[in-house]
Amino acid sequence: MTMPSVNGEQPALVSVRNLSVAFTGGARPVHAVNGVDFDLAPGEVLGVIGESGSGKSVTLRALLRILPPRRTRIGGSLRIAGKDVLALQGRALEDYRGGVASMIFQEPMLAFDPVFSIGDQIAESVMRHRRVGKAQAKQRALEMLELVQIPNAKRRLDAYPHEMSGGMRQRAMIALALACAPKLLLADEPTTALDATVQIQILLLLRELQRELGMAVIFITHDVGVACEVADRVAVMYAGRLVESGSVAAVMQDPKHPYTSGLLSSIVHGQTRDQRIEAIPGAPPDLADLPAGCSFAPRCRFAVDACRAEVPAARELAGARLVRCVLADEAEWD
Amino acid sequence: MSTHDRSTNVASSNDSPRPVLDVRELRKYFPLSSGIFNKRAGTVHAVDDISFSVMAGETLGIVGESGCGKSTTARLLMRLIEPDAGRVLLDGRGIAEPAPHGLAIGEVRRQMQMVFQDSFASLNPRLTIEDSIAFGPVVHGLPRRQAKARARELLARVGLAPERYAARYPHELSGGQRQRINIARALALEPRIVILDEAVSALDKSVEAQVLNLLLDLKREFGLTYLFISHDLNVVRYMSDRVMVMYLGKIAEIGPVEAIFGGTAHPYTKALLSAMPSMDPARRTQKPPLTGDPPSPIDPPPGCRFRTRCLYAEDVCARLDPQLVIAGSPDHRVACEILRPASGHSLAAPAIAHAA
Repeated sequence: MTMPSVNGEQPALVSVRNLSVAFTGGARPVHAVNGVDFDLAPGEVLGVIGESGSGKSVTLRALLRILPPRRTRIGGSLRIAGKDVLALQGRALEDYRGGVASMIFQEPMLAFDPVFSIGDQIAESVMRHRRVGKAQAKQRALEMLELVQIPNAKRRLDAYPHEMSGGMRQRAMIALALACAPKLLLADEPTTALDATVQIQILLLLRELQRELGMAVIFITHDVGVACEVADRVAVMYAGRLVESGSVAAVMQDPKHPYTSGLLSSIVHGQTRDQRIEAIPGAPPDLADLPAGCSFAPRCRFAVDACRAEVPAARELAGARLVRCVLADEAEWD
Repeated sequence: MSTHDRSTNVASSNDSPRPVLDVRELRKYFPLSSGIFNKRAGTVHAVDDISFSVMAGETLGIVGESGCGKSTTARLLMRLIEPDAGRVLLDGRGIAEPAPHGLAIGEVRRQMQMVFQDSFASLNPRLTIEDSIAFGPVVHGLPRRQAKARARELLARVGLAPERYAARYPHELSGGQRQRINIARALALEPRIVILDEAVSALDKSVEAQVLNLLLDLKREFGLTYLFISHDLNVVRYMSDRVMVMYLGKIAEIGPVEAIFGGTAHPYTKALLSAMPSMDPARRTQKPPLTGDPPSPIDPPPGCRFRTRCLYAEDVCARLDPQLVIAGSPDHRVACEILRPASGHSLAAPAIAHAA
């Protein structure tokens, strides 16, 4: 895949500028996403890595406009495939969801309607977006089930979600999401609930489908290993901000943000038992009460006064890498 | 010393440490019913005649996918559910068996405690942290004042300042803090064995690392024995002295951690290891080691339970129920016909029995 998208030759498929999302339902507004910028080229796979509460799922839901409108305040701009996503209303929004961008979730059991068969649900989406008849839509549903390598696809068309195993349901959900050939697939931890031997099958399937169909993918995960398997580029989120992004190889080998570095060293991977794991002390901040400067400063070993004064700007380093850390170009903290 | 090997016909060396827990042919089936007349619709073979022992002071890691029986095993050891057959001996005394040789459940619970995955569901939302930790000792006869003092000591020990946290309620804490409370509560009765059932699986990685470090410190300080159940092979490798791999209610492979990860013998364990996502984007996984989902543990077919997904399955695997046999070193045992010389499997020969 082509790597840099910021200054790439192709026009960006996705362009997110200063995206912010706050939930206003509770006593105090919760600032889940606080100024996220990124671009994504057509056919590019971006892995978004973050822990719970980092804002990664909320960002994804904002991209598909599926956050509850009454209780959510969205700021910034979102352009996807030439559309101003935040301005979409009514039929245009319906056409966008599933037609331009679609999403797969962690729990396919919740994403499917339990009282309709898998085939009917895929066909319904095809009929809505392609304006074709039932027979043609069913044919497309069958093709999709075969594409995601469900054995006995013909028989599975009439299966209900509860009749399938976890891995098969996840394949069926991928078939549903890709049935109308979206340009952008949003994947929200689609393999987290699966067993290890099934997870790797789904990851490889997604990689294969992406290569074949050429859609762009934003893949959200808390598991760095999963991101390494699927992503061209990764973005690391913390407290609603992108703190670092770059090619997956560069970020893995040489993390520039202290949070990324701490996250990588806190992952148990081949350490021996007499070595302590280097954990990051403390816990992520309260999103209703964010610190003034860098959100990671209270947990950061290298924090200086400048970190607490204001939110560090994103700095661009060589190799199309972005880092939001005042020490990013000094490299003295490691 | 080798009495615990009765069921597996393998003698262990005499200088091995004393087993603190000895599990013999433990079995739990769950009947399934369907329809309004409760017609018998099948049986879940959750744990099917498994035997193993846990040495004093060691950490035994238990790994396997969903439905393999690892959590049922933990619940059977704690007697949260009753086994259908088999015995569990704690220091040679049968759990829930009549005196004088048996051990009452109350005494078992004092010596063996458990930490669950869901840190919120396992705490009473109406009790303060301090009361939750002191609850067990009070039930076991410690005066309330002393129990509270112990709770505060333990809070400090797991890294939560008692003056700040003792009076809080579970919903006021983060997941990592709640799991520290659950660990403190498990230690309040001064147990010797702690069963950790996916205790760090719900935590974020940066918090998981903190809790793993804490568990290792506590183990050293109190001389604990751990049963560490997890689906995360990296974490099990880091924590365990020995590892037991389960598949559909049976033990597939058990042995020292170096043998399981360095000299993997069972085809299922090999598949599990190669299913781990690569941490190196330059060396991505190219081919999934297994196809399909783990089969359901309802009415499994006879013979080896892994044979439906195994690359090396032959007729013999359907005929015989594989028993644990020695692979490599005496304490490394594998339930696979390939590893049993003269089993009739085409790959079974003494020469390759030791090659991993």
